[in-house]
Amino acid sequence: MPGPSITFTWWIRRLMEQVIANGLYLGAQYALIALGLTLIFGLMNVLNFAHGQMYVLGGFITYTVYGQLGLPFAVAVICSGITLAVIGGFMERYLFRTVIRRSHREESTMMLAAATAFFFDAVMLLVFGEKQRGVPKIVKGVFNDFGVILPYDRILVGLIAAILILGFIAFMKYTKTGRAMRALAQDRVAAQLMGVEVDRYTMIGFALGAMLAGLVGGLLVSITGVNSGIGGPISIKAFMMIMIGGAGVVSGAIAGGFILGMMESVGLTVLREYGDVTYLVIFAALMMFLSIRPNGLMGKPWG
Amino acid sequence: MTKKLIGLVVFLLAVFIAVPMLIAATGRTDLYYVFTSVALLSIASAGVWLTFFIGRINIGQGAYALMGGYVSAILIMYYGWSFWWTLPVAGIFCAAASILIGFPILRLRGVYFAMVTLILTEVMRLLALALPITNGAKGITSIPPPGPISLFGMTLVPDFATLQNPRIAFYYLSVMLMIACFAVLYRLVHSRIGHICMSLQQNEELASSIGVNIAALRVMAYAISSFFGGLSGAVFIGATQSIYPSSFTVTDSVNFMLNCFLGGLGYVFGPMLGTLVLYLGWNLLFSTGEFQLLIYSTAMIVLMLVLPNGLLSLGSFKRRG
Repeated sequence: MPGPSITFTWWIRRLMEQVIANGLYLGAQYALIALGLTLIFGLMNVLNFAHGQMYVLGGFITYTVYGQLGLPFAVAVICSGITLAVIGGFMERYLFRTVIRRSHREESTMMLAAATAFFFDAVMLLVFGEKQRGVPKIVKGVFNDFGVILPYDRILVGLIAAILILGFIAFMKYTKTGRAMRALAQDRVAAQLMGVEVDRYTMIGFALGAMLAGLVGGLLVSITGVNSGIGGPISIKAFMMIMIGGAGVVSGAIAGGFILGMMESVGLTVLREYGDVTYLVIFAALMMFLSIRPNGLMGKPWG
Repeated sequence: MTKKLIGLVVFLLAVFIAVPMLIAATGRTDLYYVFTSVALLSIASAGVWLTFFIGRINIGQGAYALMGGYVSAILIMYYGWSFWWTLPVAGIFCAAASILIGFPILRLRGVYFAMVTLILTEVMRLLALALPITNGAKGITSIPPPGPISLFGMTLVPDFATLQNPRIAFYYLSVMLMIACFAVLYRLVHSRIGHICMSLQQNEELASSIGVNIAALRVMAYAISSFFGGLSGAVFIGATQSIYPSSFTVTDSVNFMLNCFLGGLGYVFGPMLGTLVLYLGWNLLFSTGEFQLLIYSTAMIVLMLVLPNGLLSLGSFKRRG
């Protein structure tokens, strides 16, 4: 029979494994949200306030297609992605491009982004109401081994998210479109001089970023459900992730997503009794980190 | 020069005589509260505008408004201070805090600064929830109305509690403060320091290379900005007689920034006009019920497409054309 100290360390280890598993799962979701935001930022220097709302819209589309109409989950998530991509493309073409061209100061796009965020909020509130919506589980059962308890659907969603992240990296690295977008993010003028069609690839980039938000929204509706009020908080979390990692950098967004996921998972376990203190600690730590390293972990100078 | 003077006189007549007369004629005394809010919010927005002027996007004004409100409320309720003394103290407290916070974070630029200030608002709200002195989510309520001010035995300002309609008194108070703040802002922008600030907005390295102390200058601008925020928060709790951690949130911080955009970043009086239009617009749309946010946001998008440089840029179009 093990002594009390052994039991204690065993318990701590078990807890840590659980925390790490949760952190990884959360991190994969967060990284995918942050990727879309950072892509849009890197290409156009636009901080997309409506990113959280796009995520929520993706969730509602999956809810409608899978939960209401009863089509397969995969179809529903793809529908979310495509719809958001189309919306994103239109937003870039008819809203952001116009304002960037006419405005004296680049920051004016922030007002436009905030206004579109309000617009999405209003539309979703009118169409889907304010109730919390959920869908039937995609896979039943719970994984319970090695001291880790994790429902199968979370594992599945986490894996899909990881595959999507890898697919996105490969897309950016090996396709012509991806190369063009990386060139644009690095130096817009130089890319234009080398014959990259700036307008076209900016639009594709915005659509792609919006699509990622829609895909995560669709995936996560199967676990956390969705309601029309969570767009704003999600946007703020996404901003934090890209600041940790560095705005406009793909690897930074992924690192930021996993770091925030891990911090939340650990923080909510360690500081559970204190409630909101977890976020206070995370925010304070982030502010201190940024004053030491103004560009995040791997951001370009002055974003 | 005469044109500006006429403009000033017209403005003063409008706020001190026309608005009270109109309200008296329509009998809607509740409108005083609306205009008080507009005046106070435009003070806070003026602060945000000043940080835009040095080239920083500030989404953290809600933090200082909340801080100023709590400083004033705590001094009145727990230490028995007079409301009037808490106003400058709240402003100076916020300015001092912003100097401490500003030194590290003003090194950030662009979205990084914007995001850190956004998080600052959230930090302040969580602090107000967690600290014992702020009384958590219950907030501080039933704050007494401002007392009298007398100088050499002469009563300059009567006790607000004895007034028949304290709303009118708060209206005059906040409008006067607003005029004072915008006068300071106008003077600052058109001074030598103002021109140097403009150089920060365009190119900090270049300004630094010709001997401008950019670190001191941007901290100064940020401190003045936060002073405005704290002042408006402190007066606000006087008018509402209560403060909660949710009195100023991220939404308010974002709204302060939107006020500046809407009025125009290139115009000193932009934040005042922007606040008036956004606040009144939102309240006028109240009757549309569930479509309020939809109409409001659509109008904002359209305005941004048509006038991306702010409402006041309409005037400069005409002059050019």
